[in-house]
Amino acid sequence: MSENRNYLKEIINNIKESNLRRVFTDPLGLFGFLLILFLVLIAIFAPYIAPYSSSDIDIANRLASPSSRHLFGTDNLGRDVFSRLVFGSRIALTVPILTISFGIILAIIFGLIAGYSSERVGNIFLVIFDIIKSFPALLFAMTVIALTGSNLFVLIIIIGITRFPAYARLIRAQTLRVKGKEYVIAAKAIGASIFKIMYKHILPNVIGPIFIQAAMDIPVVITFVAALSFLGLGVPPPTPSWGTMIKIGYSFIRIAPWMVIFGGIALVWATLGFTLFGEALRDNLDPRLNRQR
Amino acid sequence: MDQLVKINSKNIVYKGGVDDKLMLKYILRRLLVTLITVLGATVILFIIIQFLPGDPATVILGPRATPEIIEELRAKMWLDQPVYVQLFRFLYNIIRGDLGTDVLNYMPVRTLVFNALPHTIVLAITSIFIASVIGIPLGTYAAAYKNSLADKITGLLSISMIAIPAFLAGVLFLLFFSVYLDWFPAMGGGKEGDIISQIWHLILPAGSLALGWIGYLARIMRASVLEEMTEDYVRTARSKGLRERTVVFKHVLRGALIPVIAVIGVGFGNLLGGAVITEIIFHRPGLGTLIYHAIQSRNYPIVQGGLIIAVLLYSLVNLLADLSYSFIDPRVRSD
Repeated sequence: MSENRNYLKEIINNIKESNLRRVFTDPLGLFGFLLILFLVLIAIFAPYIAPYSSSDIDIANRLASPSSRHLFGTDNLGRDVFSRLVFGSRIALTVPILTISFGIILAIIFGLIAGYSSERVGNIFLVIFDIIKSFPALLFAMTVIALTGSNLFVLIIIIGITRFPAYARLIRAQTLRVKGKEYVIAAKAIGASIFKIMYKHILPNVIGPIFIQAAMDIPVVITFVAALSFLGLGVPPPTPSWGTMIKIGYSFIRIAPWMVIFGGIALVWATLGFTLFGEALRDNLDPRLNRQR
Repeated sequence: MDQLVKINSKNIVYKGGVDDKLMLKYILRRLLVTLITVLGATVILFIIIQFLPGDPATVILGPRATPEIIEELRAKMWLDQPVYVQLFRFLYNIIRGDLGTDVLNYMPVRTLVFNALPHTIVLAITSIFIASVIGIPLGTYAAAYKNSLADKITGLLSISMIAIPAFLAGVLFLLFFSVYLDWFPAMGGGKEGDIISQIWHLILPAGSLALGWIGYLARIMRASVLEEMTEDYVRTARSKGLRERTVVFKHVLRGALIPVIAVIGVGFGNLLGGAVITEIIFHRPGLGTLIYHAIQSRNYPIVQGGLIIAVLLYSLVNLLADLSYSFIDPRVRSD
C-alpha cells in the first residue's frame, strides 16, 4: 500500500467520482438514509406534527391506551406519548451530534499533539487514551452524572470524553504518517509556526477518516444517551426523551406497555437508520478499505 | 517498540528462539500498560470523588448530627487530612486489598463487591455463550450460501439485532416473555442454592444482553469464512472433489474461527460493562446493581470500590483477549 495518501482528498474524490451515489444506490444505505431523513423532518417540524405540546397534561386520561384521541396512548401524568416521541426526536438527534463534535475537537487537539511530538510523549498520550478507554464507559458516566447532577451540558462533556480516545488514536496515526512529508518539512523550512503547520498542512490530511468513524458512532451515542436516560441519569425531565419514556414505560410495564413499545420503535428506528447509512458511507467512501467485495 | 516493528511475522514464526523472547517482551509491555491503566483510572476516580458534593461523614450521620460528631467521624475516615495523604492512603489500602467500609451498614466493601461479582460474571459468560452458539452457525450458514435469499435475510436480521440496544431488548423481553407469556420470572437472581431456579432467572437477562452480539458475531463469522474461502488450501480441497459442505465445515471453519474467538474476548469485556443496565432491569444482584444503588444512596466507598474492581476486571479481560489474539496471530505483536 502506498504511503503517499491523502485520505481527505481521496474521500472527496470518492464523493466527486459519484461514489456518493453508490451510497444511495446501495439499497441498505438508501433505506438508512430515508429513515434518518424522516427523523430529521419530524424533528424540524415537530410543533406542526405533534397534536399536543410535550408537556400538555390530560389528567382524566392518565395511562390511557392508544386511541384516536391519543394515538400512542398517554403516560403516567396524562401526557400524549405520540407528541412526546415527536419532540423527543430533537434531543435524540442533537445530543449525539454535539457529543461527537466535542469528542472530535478533543481528539484533534490531543491527537495532533500526540502525533506531532516525540515518540516518548506520543506514547504517554497513548497510555492516557488507554486509561480513558479502560473505564467501562457506562459505569463511568453513571457515576459522574449521578454525582454532578444530570444536565445536557454534563452529558455532552462526559460522553464526549468517553468517545474521544478512539478518534484521537486515529488522528495520531494519520499525523505520524503525514508529518515527515515534504510539504510539512517545506512549511517548517520557510518558518511557518507550529500551529499553522498543524492547522493548514496536517489537519486537512488527517481528518477524513474521522468523519466516517463519527458517522458510525452516532447510533452508539444515541443508545448511550437513551441508556443513561433510562437510568434516570440522562436528559433531565421534563424534556421529552425516548430513554426517559422507556423508563416510565418500564415502571408501568404491566398496565401500560405502549410507552415501552413505541419508545422502543423510535429508538431502534434511529439506531438502525444511522447504522445502515454509516456502514454504506464507510463501505463506499473509506479509502482504507480495499474494495474487493 | 522499534525492534518489534522491524521484525515481521515470518521471523517470529520461523526463527524459533526469537519467538519466545519477543512474546515475553510483548506480554511484559502489555502488563505494564494494564498496570498503569488501572492505577491511572484509580487516581482519576479518586479525584472525581473529591470534587463531588455531599461529605460522606455528613451523609452517614444524617442532618441532625452535631458538628462535633461529624468532626470526629471525619477524623476517623481521614477526611480531615490533606488530599494527597488521603490519596496515598487510598492507594495503599487498595494494594492491601482493603476497599474501605460501606458508610451505611459498616460492611467491608470488598465483601460486598466480591459477593456481587460472580453474578455479573455468570451473566456475561452466559450471554457470550448464547451469542456464540447462535451467531457463529448463523454467520457460517450465511457465508456458505453467499448472496442467497437466506444470506440476505440473515444479514438484515443481524443488523437489526445490532441496532436494538441491550437495555431495550431487556425491557421488551420482560414485556413479552414475562408479562405476556409468563414463561420466565421477571425479577431477581433465583433462589440461593437452587441451580435450576438460578438458570431459569438467567435466561431472559442473558438472552437480551446477547442479542446484539448474536448479530455482531454472525457478521464477523460470515466475513471471516468468506475470507478464509479465498485461501489456497480451500481451492485444493475443492479440486479434490470434496463436497462444498465438507469444505466449509471441515476445513474453512477452523481457520475462520480464530478472529472470531479474539472478538469474543473483547466482547466479554464489553458485556461486563453492558451487564449493568440488564441487572437493574431484571433486579438481579451483581456489580452493576450494587454500584447503581450505592450511587443513589451516596455510599461513595462502594461506588469507588465497585468501579475499581470493574476497571480492573475490564482491563484484565482486555489484556487476556489481546494476548490470546497475539498467540493466535503473531502479526499482532508487531503492532
